[in-house]
Order: sequence, then C-alpha cells, then structure tokens
Amino acid sequence: MQPQGMVSSADAAASALEAGDGGSPSLIRTFLQGRGSSAVADGTFRNLMMLCSLSIFAIVAFIAWELVKGSSASIHEFGFAFFRTETWDPVSGEFGAWPFIYGTLVSSLLALLMAVPLAIGVAVFLTEMCPRPLRGPISFLTELLAAIPSVVYGLWAVFVLVPLMRDHIGPFLLKTLGWTGFFGGYNMGIGMLTASIILAIMILPIISSITREVMTAVPISQREAALALGATRWEMVRIGVLRNARIGIVGGVILGLGRALGETMAVTMVIGNSPQIAKSLFAPGYTLASVIANEFSEATGDLYLSALMEIGLALFLVTILVNALARLLVWAVTRGAPARVA
Amino acid sequence: MGVGIRVTNLNAWYGDNHTLQDINLHMPANNATALIGPSGCGKSTFVRCLNRMHETNPIARATGSVMMGDLDIYKDASPVEVRRRVGMVFQRPNPFPTMSIYDNVASGLRLNGFRNRRVLDEVVERSLRSAALWDEVKDDLKRKSGASISGGQQQRLCIARALAVDPEVLLMDEPASALDPVSTSKIEDLIFQLKSQYTIVIVTHNMQQAARVAENTGFFLNGKMIEFAATHKIFTNPTDKRTEDYITGRFG
Repeated sequence: MQPQGMVSSADAAASALEAGDGGSPSLIRTFLQGRGSSAVADGTFRNLMMLCSLSIFAIVAFIAWELVKGSSASIHEFGFAFFRTETWDPVSGEFGAWPFIYGTLVSSLLALLMAVPLAIGVAVFLTEMCPRPLRGPISFLTELLAAIPSVVYGLWAVFVLVPLMRDHIGPFLLKTLGWTGFFGGYNMGIGMLTASIILAIMILPIISSITREVMTAVPISQREAALALGATRWEMVRIGVLRNARIGIVGGVILGLGRALGETMAVTMVIGNSPQIAKSLFAPGYTLASVIANEFSEATGDLYLSALMEIGLALFLVTILVNALARLLVWAVTRGAPARVA
Repeated sequence: MGVGIRVTNLNAWYGDNHTLQDINLHMPANNATALIGPSGCGKSTFVRCLNRMHETNPIARATGSVMMGDLDIYKDASPVEVRRRVGMVFQRPNPFPTMSIYDNVASGLRLNGFRNRRVLDEVVERSLRSAALWDEVKDDLKRKSGASISGGQQQRLCIARALAVDPEVLLMDEPASALDPVSTSKIEDLIFQLKSQYTIVIVTHNMQQAARVAENTGFFLNGKMIEFAATHKIFTNPTDKRTEDYITGRFG
C-alpha cells in the first residue's frame, strides 16, 4: 500500500491521506470538518420542496376560485338547481347541467366497464404468460396507444367505429340484448355507446400499463407460495398476484377514469352532442367537457358564459367526488391489510 | 401418513447450466431427510424438482423419475396435482399479506374449492396447533394480516398453511435460515414432531440442524450427490473425502 518512489499527483494525495499518523489531522478529516453543520443547506432544501408541494394546493385553489367567480352569475340565477335541471336552452336563457353530468358519468363508467377487464387481461398475459421475446414489443404497442392524440382517435371513430356500430355491432346488440331496453330506438352509429367504446380504447393503455407495472412488482415468492399449494395458473394469478396488486390496480383505474371524465375531443366527435337523458345507449348524449368545447366560442351573453363556467365547476366537482369515492372504496376494502408486499 | 420418495437418474438444467447430475436416492416414508452442501450445489434445485416447482422457471427443465409411493410425479400427474400432495416451505416466509392468519391457513383448501365452514375451522386450528402457532395467534385469527406477525411466526404460519392440505410429503428449503435462534429451535422441534406423520425433506446450511432433526443426510456438491447415508454416519464417519472436508469446515 505504500507509494514506492513513484511521484504522481495520486501518490501525493495518498501521502496526504496518511499524514494523520504524524499527529496533524488528515486532509480528508480537515476537509469534512470544514464543511460546518450544513443546517442551512438542509433547511433550504426542505423549504424549497415544501414550496413545490404547496404550489399544487395553490393551483387547485386558484382554479376553484376562478371557476366559482366566473360562474357567479349562473350560481346566483339558478342556485343548486343548476346541477339537477335537465333543460339546456341558451335561446331562452335556461341552463341546467344534469344531462351533461349524466353523460360524463355514464360514458366514463361504461368505458371503465369495458376497459378494466380487458386491461387486466392484457397485463396478466404480459406479466405471467407471454413468451419473453414478445413481452417488450406488446408492452410498447399498448403504451403507444396512450400516445396517440385524442383527435386521431376521434377521426378513427368517425370513419371506422361509427359505421361499424351502425351496421354491425348495433343491430347485433339490438337482436341479442334489445329486451333490456338499453339497446333500442334509432341507431345512427353515434351516441353514448360509441363514445364509451372510444373512451375505453383510450384508457386501456393507461390501466394496463399501470397494472402490468404493479403486477411485476409482486415478488416471485408470492407466486411460488400459491403454486406450492397446488394452484392452477389462474388461481396463482388471482391469489398470488392480483390480490397483492389490487391497490395499485385501483390506482391505475382511477387514473384511467380521470382521463375518461375529462376527455373532450374524441367524445365530442361521436357522442352526438344532444343534451338529453335516454335509457337507450344508442341515443346521443353530451358530456360536460364536450359542451364547453363546443359552445364556448359561440356563447353570447353573460349568463350563457357564466353557465358554461359553472359546467366547468361541475366537471371539477365530479372529478373530485369520483376520485374521493374511489379512494374511500380502496380504503374500505383494504383496511387492516398492509399496502405493500414485503 | 407420508410416502417414501425414490429418485432415479434425476437431471436438471437452468438454461445450459447442468445444475443436477444423475441424482439417485431413496428417502423412506415418515423420516426426515436433510440435504447439505455449499451454496449453489443444487440442493434447492433438487427439492424444487420434488414438487415440480423447478419447471415454473421458463428456462429450466428436468429429466429422470421421481416416485412418490407408487406415483411417478413426472409421468402420471400434472404439476398442479403433484403440488396438491407435496407441501413446501420456502427460505423466506411468504404468507399472503392481504389475507388474515385464518385465510392464509385456509387458502390451500379454498383454492381447491373446499367451502365447508365447520371443517375449515377445524383444519385451521389443527394446522396452527401442529405448527405450534395456535396459542400465539388464536385471538387474532381473522383480525391480523398474515404479514403482521413476526418473522418466526410467519414461517410457522407458512408451515401451517402447507400442513392444512394434508400433504404426503413436506419440502423445506432452508426454513430457518432467515430466523433468529429461538424461532429456529421452535421450527426444529416442529420438524421433529411432524415427521411421524409426513415425509420431510429439509435443505439446510446448518449442519447441527441436520444432525438434530434428520435420520438420513445427503451431501451435494457441484450438482452431484456425493454421499447419502444415515445422519450419524455422515457426521461421524463419512465415506467420501469431500464430505469429510465439508463437515469439518475445510471448504464451503
């Protein structure tokens, strides 16, 4: 270990290190002691990070405040009845948000109903069954779906999905499930169901990639525990993987739901944009986001504009409420169980 | 009652790595058999071949025959059937964290569609008693998660979970290596009692442990079984020089 005769800067540094045994403190000790308490650096870092996180509260509060301020005329005019009135008649100055709230909720929930099983299926296949060489390409493709701009989805829906709904899927549903009453009336191809399908396709990659992520994080030992008990592959996935990943999966579903609730362009292109509440899913509908996008530029009069602002407020509240409900559900189901697998 | 296990010409591979080479041995019923040897010698692979867990790794494969009683587990049964008859306890305790203690023990039976509440209650109690855990957890059976108890308790819970399906053979892959000495001695006492009802195969790094619990001991080295004999013979008068070197601590 002793430098022997060679003189280089490294050797010089090495001998500086070893000077400690002569009584004077070593270079490194002197250097480290010279750094002081570092209290200022720690404090600054802490405050800086706090500021970053507080900015989120500030932004949310600011948006909520602006929405309330902008819609004050409408709030003053209609009060709480705004949220449950079914009429939306700009000409006579009557505004109610219920058809839009209904359209947003129904299209998003239907989309979830279709996308969640499919997304979990994709994730299960990718993590548990897919041959290794195919894993990368398929994951990449599903994630690519998330990167396509929504207007492109809209165009695809208008030219492909709508005719398909009108000529094939719609008539088939009418024939097989027409008795339920959900598939009846005049089927133009555009409407609530078409919008839900396009939403489902759009949120599929978000949910499946997050589900895949959390499933991959479940340790192998959990899978082996299930297999050793004589589990079949599906049983192993159910008790060894999905059960452990459920909180993360719900997180992915909530993210997907968030996108579905706020999605504007693709939905506007195929939902039919008619503020009505119909039992048949073939019937056109309207969503909160679509009505803002469609009518904002042509809104004449303060009350009309204010009503649109209140629609924005409604969307804001619906999103918060749905998220809160979902979290509550997770909390209720998993109470007592640890959040992560050791 | 356990069954004897006869292994003939067992070979196993991970990819191109020939991890087990021509293993032949007979493990008598209702005995404990210990497998010792340095890390990477193939003893874990060997027990994983006994419940066909080895082949769950896509690059792994095995050839040869393993007879459990009259059943050739590689010919006459599917992996799932084999694992229903052969319990396994792993090195790191792996209870299901999202299930209660009760549900953990009942999981093997429920998985196979067993729903009779009264019998399940009985089986859970009996299994937890056999695993010497009942007294410690009986008040929190359905309240506590399987992961909320201590490491030693978790491992005994895993043993109870394996016993609940009434296996003929119990495989234990270094069951005490992640545990403190007190938990370890509890597990050893347990193995001593359990072997009257089950055939036990235990992998261990701890030679005293092998000497304490097992009738027979096999010494593995570099994928081969060097020596298999009565435990006292292996530890007092081994035939092979390499066995002697290992147990006297000259390598490994």
